[in-house]
Amino acid sequence: MRIPRRRDWRPPRISIRFVHVWRRNLLVWRKLAITSVLGNLADPMMYMLGLGFGLGALMPEINGTRYIVFLAAGTVAYSTMNSATFEALYSAFSRMQIQKTWEAIMIAPLDLDDVVLAEALWAATKATLSGSAILVIIWVLGLSHSPLTLWIIPIAFLAGLTFGCLALVMNAISPSYDFFLYYFTLVMTPMTLLCGVFFPVDQLPVAMRAVAEFLPLYHAIALVRPLLSGMVPDAIPLHVAVLLVYAAAGFYVALALTRRRLLV
Amino acid sequence: MSALLDIRDLRKSYGSTEVVRGISLALERGECYGLLGPNGAGKTTTLRLCLGLTDPDAGSITLAGLPVPRAAREARLRLGVVPQMDSLDPDFTVTENLVVYGRYFGLADRTIRARVPELLEFAGLGNKAHAPIQALSGGMKRRLSLARALVNDPDIVFLDEPTTGLDPQARHLIWERLKQLLGQGKTLLLTTHFMDEAERLCDRLSVMDAGRIVASGSPRELIDDHIEPEVIEVYGDGAAEWGEEIGRRLSERCERTGETVFCYTRAARPLMQDLEARGDLKYLHRPANLEDVFLKLTGRDLRD
Repeated sequence: MRIPRRRDWRPPRISIRFVHVWRRNLLVWRKLAITSVLGNLADPMMYMLGLGFGLGALMPEINGTRYIVFLAAGTVAYSTMNSATFEALYSAFSRMQIQKTWEAIMIAPLDLDDVVLAEALWAATKATLSGSAILVIIWVLGLSHSPLTLWIIPIAFLAGLTFGCLALVMNAISPSYDFFLYYFTLVMTPMTLLCGVFFPVDQLPVAMRAVAEFLPLYHAIALVRPLLSGMVPDAIPLHVAVLLVYAAAGFYVALALTRRRLLV
Repeated sequence: MSALLDIRDLRKSYGSTEVVRGISLALERGECYGLLGPNGAGKTTTLRLCLGLTDPDAGSITLAGLPVPRAAREARLRLGVVPQMDSLDPDFTVTENLVVYGRYFGLADRTIRARVPELLEFAGLGNKAHAPIQALSGGMKRRLSLARALVNDPDIVFLDEPTTGLDPQARHLIWERLKQLLGQGKTLLLTTHFMDEAERLCDRLSVMDAGRIVASGSPRELIDDHIEPEVIEVYGDGAAEWGEEIGRRLSERCERTGETVFCYTRAARPLMQDLEARGDLKYLHRPANLEDVFLKLTGRDLRD
């Protein structure tokens, strides 16, 4: 009898027991939660408060919004992206390559498909925690009081899932930690500068604006920013759909490439 | 009842190199089956194939009654694995390692926690329940890996070189525990390149070389079938010359490695009389063992 070679691109098959891989990561995180949250908050807080108050004092209002509030929306989305990306690059790589955590799981009754899904959802969870922490600071500083801002929490999860899945593609092909630097210089930094974290996208030349509109961070910000100003975003289905498509495509490619890497 | 593991005509290539070249074997319930072979013989690849971690190019595998790789995930519910490299979770304590691992099998925390003291007792880690992994010695880590492999009370346990890198005390303790498991009716599949380990533990074994099984049987059968019953090892200056002149003539088979000559024979008397008469060569007369079979079948060349 001849068995066909494993097709790396076959559809995912998930066991509900994948939840326990997510729980494993949660349990580790709980041991280090305080330092982890502080570490996640420090960088975006500096940007938001430093630029928000410093630069904001020199700036006119943007579409009737104070600059610091405008920047706060960008910061929520940016910290969500960063948090998911770091988790799915450095932390996932440690678990896959250094600690052999994935290997241990794959000799239990779980497949790589379950592990990759759990990692993507865990990255989304970390992103939700980061986004929520920024949101709390926004509330404390009185930058927004709208109950609509609560919608930012599920959006942070969705955006985190998207950026987590995209980063897992990188994780699948990376020979070492050093490789991730390319992702930051070639993907993360341009995306941060193009997608309206620090200034409105319509300040950009038409060509650059067109590029920005294809990028997931643009759509995450398009959802978060109106909510912080107490408004319902325009074109919600479009923005959600773009994030979902990036997440699904990222997950599928990440899974196939990780299968190619590990299931040999 | 059908075999817990049944492998037929298994083949696997990497590029143009075929590393598993038509392996068939079936494990009977309650036995310890050994896969012996030099490095690169295909033992670990065979285990990975049986676990469903990689797809065979040809052949079939049935594990715990289920086809692998198609239903490998479900088949692994009944399986325990001690991997060659410890993959314990460094972020957790000893107990947490067992609890988190048990969850992967869908076991309730209550069930796992009820089992933990017994598992730790078995692994000789009763006083280490809350120790971090970093505080364990190599032998303790191996024993914890063994305990982890038993968290689901498996029918069959795969052990990939379970005592490599351990000191003699630690090895003996692992052997003791594996015998206990056999006493409980568990089925074991063991890869090793330690012949004493295989001889002690295995009911049956296969010697693999270059992706093939070159001999199978009980340790006793392999020794009886493949090799002369007595060995005389001769060393020191002049051993090589003695081997060429006398050893070769008086023994059935005579091999040399460096300064040592190995004479395989059914009648050691004449060889020993000659050596006694000379008096200048050191020698050791012993019964043939599995290592002699292994070296005969797989050669004395280094495998790197």
